[in-house]
Amino acid sequence: MDYQFEFALVLRSLPVLLRGLVVTIQLWVPSILLGLAGGFLLALARLSDRAWLRLPGLLYIELFRDTPVLIQLIWFFYALPILIGAELSPFAAALLGLALNTSAYAAEIFRGGIQSIGKGQWEGARALGMRRGQILRRVILPQVFKRMLPAFTNRAIEVAKMSSLASVLSVHELMYQGRLLSSTYYRPLEILTTVAFIYFVLIYPGTWLSARIEKSLAAKA
Amino acid sequence: MSYQWDFSGVWSRWDILLVGLVNTVKIAAISIVLGVIVGLALAFLKLSTKRHLSLPATAFIEFYRNTPPIIHFFWFYYALPVVVDISLDPFVAAVLALSTQSGAFYAEVFRGGIVSIEQGQWEGARALGMSHVQMMRRIILPQALTRMFAPFVERSFELIKTTALASTLAYADILYQAMLVNSETFRPLEVYTTIALMYVTLLVTASALSRVAEARLTAYR
Amino acid sequence: MTDAILRVTGLHKSFGDHHVLKGIDFSVAAAERVAIIGGSGSGKSTFLRCLNFMELPSLGTVALDGREIGRPAGGDGARYYPEAELCAVRERVGMVFQQFNLFPHMTVLDNVMEGLVTVKGMKRAAARERAAAELEKVGLGAKFDAYPGRLSGGQQQRVAIARALAMEPEILLFDEPTSSLDPELVGEVLRVIRQLADEGRTMLLVTHELGFAYHFATKVIFLADGVFHEVGTPDEVLKQPRQERTRAFLARYTEFGF
Repeated sequence: MDYQFEFALVLRSLPVLLRGLVVTIQLWVPSILLGLAGGFLLALARLSDRAWLRLPGLLYIELFRDTPVLIQLIWFFYALPILIGAELSPFAAALLGLALNTSAYAAEIFRGGIQSIGKGQWEGARALGMRRGQILRRVILPQVFKRMLPAFTNRAIEVAKMSSLASVLSVHELMYQGRLLSSTYYRPLEILTTVAFIYFVLIYPGTWLSARIEKSLAAKA
Repeated sequence: MSYQWDFSGVWSRWDILLVGLVNTVKIAAISIVLGVIVGLALAFLKLSTKRHLSLPATAFIEFYRNTPPIIHFFWFYYALPVVVDISLDPFVAAVLALSTQSGAFYAEVFRGGIVSIEQGQWEGARALGMSHVQMMRRIILPQALTRMFAPFVERSFELIKTTALASTLAYADILYQAMLVNSETFRPLEVYTTIALMYVTLLVTASALSRVAEARLTAYR
Repeated sequence: MTDAILRVTGLHKSFGDHHVLKGIDFSVAAAERVAIIGGSGSGKSTFLRCLNFMELPSLGTVALDGREIGRPAGGDGARYYPEAELCAVRERVGMVFQQFNLFPHMTVLDNVMEGLVTVKGMKRAAARERAAAELEKVGLGAKFDAYPGRLSGGQQQRVAIARALAMEPEILLFDEPTSSLDPELVGEVLRVIRQLADEGRTMLLVTHELGFAYHFATKVIFLADGVFHEVGTPDEVLKQPRQERTRAFLARYTEFGF
């Protein structure tokens, strides 16, 4: 193994890769925020007494969880425009796919959290004359929010990793820039290793944080 | 919405998609088996009290858990040959990427199962005069296996979905074959919807089977 | 005493900075029944757990039939304990735990057979016969095929006693065997232990049941702050304690007596 690792090239590529990182973050953060909002509504639908809300919610969640993200992104970019009769930019298709995917997973986290609260809390609040919405907002959610934090952090990590698939749609995010540079310079080892390292630096703090929250929650329980 | 769905082009090329399905199942099965071997090795290294064994295992696991899967595929296909001076075909590169990354996740599943067994079980076994090996084989592993089952299945489903990334290396999995069909029929909506449903069917079937198996494993509770 | 089965010399145990046992000398002879009492955190469970090496002593030696277990390692009095030697000790010194520690994935009968087959290498048929006999003895002849999760706490503890007895240990250690039981289930477990006492077995019992300790023991030890504060017959320690500390401890137990 007398391969010469070219650090100079790594340094030269950094500005382009960091520009990719910005796009990665532009995909990542909105996907999580939209996904959380959508996931909450979906969870309410899943927990509803009405079958016409519950069943479509279930179908939606299962469809997103039982298909590869890559196929979802490709579907939103190539197939959806035909259905709605309008073009989607690669970025819009990727964002839409990631956000909807995230909402399906977030819904399951919300549902699990809400169901983890014992019947006594509902009964106690109902005995005070509170309505369902009030009970959820004032009694249930404050208790489950902390418990759900590790799961949400893990989801955020998964979304960061998934966002790299947008490169397949030619969204100019980090992975795309890495692929482009590595074929331009014929130096895949340097470039791809650097890209992996940047992703690690982006994602690892989340993993660390999630482990810490989990530990402190376990210590309190 | 006046779009006329037309699946005839897809139906007439069912044999192409079937090849993809077979290849997807093949690469998933091989990667699960190899991933389990990698995962067992990593789990026992990480459980070791010797730091020169546990630290590298931890580093390996954390690297894979904190970087996107797609970069592992590209790294094995494009970058590894630069280092070792042999070129890998897409299948081998994809299997390497899938089994190492799933190995990192399986390792945490296995380790988590073992450390989740209560202190009292270890003590009860030791108090009878059992050696470490007897204790593992008779008391700890039988209980840990049932606890590992659900997270193991979940991880394996993730792996099955991740096999779709092998298409980016031009391995003829479901997604790659779908792209072929699409280039002949120009019917992306029908093609990609079909393979999404193929995945749903695959995973729903697998999940039903796993629930039957799990019910048997945990019968004693 | 030369007829000691088990002898402890200069025993210390620390967990990190926490010094739990501070130099204990102790021996037990055949057919002795020792009750160890003391407040929570006094180190009484840790002491018991050092005798079958559930905890490894930090300093000092434990000798069985005059033979010291383990061998010196390093110059500072620490010892190295090979696994095989510890397994051999545990075969001869059985233990019953506060939390029972039955194996939930095995039936009651399999729990009792497990040590016989795996550790003693007995044939299954012979092991089954002995296990069945032990279960009959503790009054669980009807529960062979039940899983531990289906039994009451008292029943589980009796299975745990049968599991320890089946190994035919020379010494039996009981670590607060009734502390996690509902009050109405305590009696059935204590009756089994008294039956063993009547058979002349060598036993050590860590307990909060002072009344039972009084009737059960040939010797009572009051442990506080990691040392033996007072040792004597049940009458000496429980009825006429000489130490102020022992009296204060006993007073707390009788505060709401009637």
